[in-house]
Amino acid sequence: MIWNEPKECMSQDEMRHLQNIRLKSTARRVFHNVPFYRKKMQELGIEPDDIKDIGDIGKLPFTTKQDLRDNYPFGLAAMPRSEFVRVHASSGTTGKPTSIPHSRKDLDMFAECVARALCCAGATRNDVVQVSYGYGLFTGGLGLHDGATRLGATVIPASGGNTRNQLTLLQDFGSTVLACTPSYALYISEALADAGIDASKLPLRIGVFGAEPWSAEMRAKIEDGLQIQAFDIYGLSEVMGPGMSNSCEAKDGLHIAEDHFYPEILDPDTLKPLPDGEMGELVFTHLTKEAMPLLRYRTRDLSSLSRGGCVCGRTNVRMSKVKGRSDDMLIIRGVNVFPSQIESVLLEIPEAKPHYMIVVDREGALDTLEVQVEIDERHFSDEMAQIGALRGRIKHALDSALRVGTKVTLVEHRTIQRSEGKAKRVIDRRKI
Amino acid sequence: MIARQLSVFLENEAGHFLELSRCLGRAGVNISALSLAETAEYGIARMIVSDAAEGEAALREAGYPVKITDVLRVEMPDEPGALSSALAKLAAGGINVSYIYGYSSGGTAYLIMRVGDPRKAASLL
Repeated sequence: MIWNEPKECMSQDEMRHLQNIRLKSTARRVFHNVPFYRKKMQELGIEPDDIKDIGDIGKLPFTTKQDLRDNYPFGLAAMPRSEFVRVHASSGTTGKPTSIPHSRKDLDMFAECVARALCCAGATRNDVVQVSYGYGLFTGGLGLHDGATRLGATVIPASGGNTRNQLTLLQDFGSTVLACTPSYALYISEALADAGIDASKLPLRIGVFGAEPWSAEMRAKIEDGLQIQAFDIYGLSEVMGPGMSNSCEAKDGLHIAEDHFYPEILDPDTLKPLPDGEMGELVFTHLTKEAMPLLRYRTRDLSSLSRGGCVCGRTNVRMSKVKGRSDDMLIIRGVNVFPSQIESVLLEIPEAKPHYMIVVDREGALDTLEVQVEIDERHFSDEMAQIGALRGRIKHALDSALRVGTKVTLVEHRTIQRSEGKAKRVIDRRKI
Repeated sequence: MIARQLSVFLENEAGHFLELSRCLGRAGVNISALSLAETAEYGIARMIVSDAAEGEAALREAGYPVKITDVLRVEMPDEPGALSSALAKLAAGGINVSYIYGYSSGGTAYLIMRVGDPRKAASLL
């Protein structure tokens, strides 16, 4: 089912026309209501009237996470505080937090987008949606909650954590859709196996997972472990939250709600636009947001765009599964390494578990990359030669995939911390 | 005869085997034979215990993944040539031995042998 056929199946010309009107309106509003953008546009020598259509988007200034921090909490708002009906915030792990106000219409748009996303994954009003994202300032919990409510489904507001209870809810309420981070989905599937619960006997049929990059191999592992179809949901709290895009039955990219968020793919170094199909940094411009519209927000997420019809019937532009974040990228002895590459390699080795920790350090002038891996219980051997050979195989696979030498450390079962939210995979001990 | 051996993967860190032995102790499971194989970072504890099922249950309850393997438990006279005569029978039957641990006491040697085909090996001996 398609939630909003007129918008999701619009012709490219009609969509462009709608985007032209909305971009002009956004540029005008931020120029008049947000001193930060007025100053930036004046520095670039542009006025709202210079933005005639979407082709002029390149004239507009960028916005970064640092801009949001510098203007914390409501310096970028385009409305008075009395118009905010909710404020979300992202954690300040690397300094000051960022806060994102929403007007009533903004939350309405949020729920609409999440309802589209859930439909895109095959959910209907007859489903029971267990929302196992954290509820609170993080947009995952409340975002999925409102969207599933809009869809008319039965919502189980489980929130994150308390895994034993998640299993009880899955069984007792017969949840058919699970929404959480992919790392937590994997954890839940392990917990089911440990508890001796046969996943194929549960009514659960769909997973809607997001908030962290995950590989195609990880998807296969989760689908097998939970006996479901797993879909990507994408979003970032600065722009809205989950539901900005979602993968459909084709599982070939995520349809973006481009009537609300205009996507660009830029070269992260030169900030020049890249043609469709090429991997670069995803940048979003709000087309309808009221409380705090952002121009060309740099997500740091690496993806590519593709246009043209899709077997699901939607015409909305598709973004590829996020490959990684440009700021998650590790540079090891001059080689770019993404944690997602390591995950892909480990998932192809049945004896290794997809629980891993990457430790980067520096010995003398040389970077070292250590990958700590748990051995799968079913493949553990009592023979040292077998364990040694397994370690050799993991190292060989990692070395050739990453093109940089790694040190593989086998660790005891369940010593790598399981994540109930966003997984932390990298410890960088280098002092630079 | 054939015995059921429990193996556990352990990091080579102070206190890790202590924790495991406490776990078996609390469950009232006695270790009758033991071998610890080690590398710089990790090792494998292999044990013959008084009750393999109880030992396995106690270890799993504590979160240890346990591998169960059938191994050969061999008794022989504690005298020169006894071991080589047993090994010669196994070699003649094409049985490879991965590892052995054991001790002798009161004129008898007790060995645990990890072989490819324990049943065939037992019949050869």
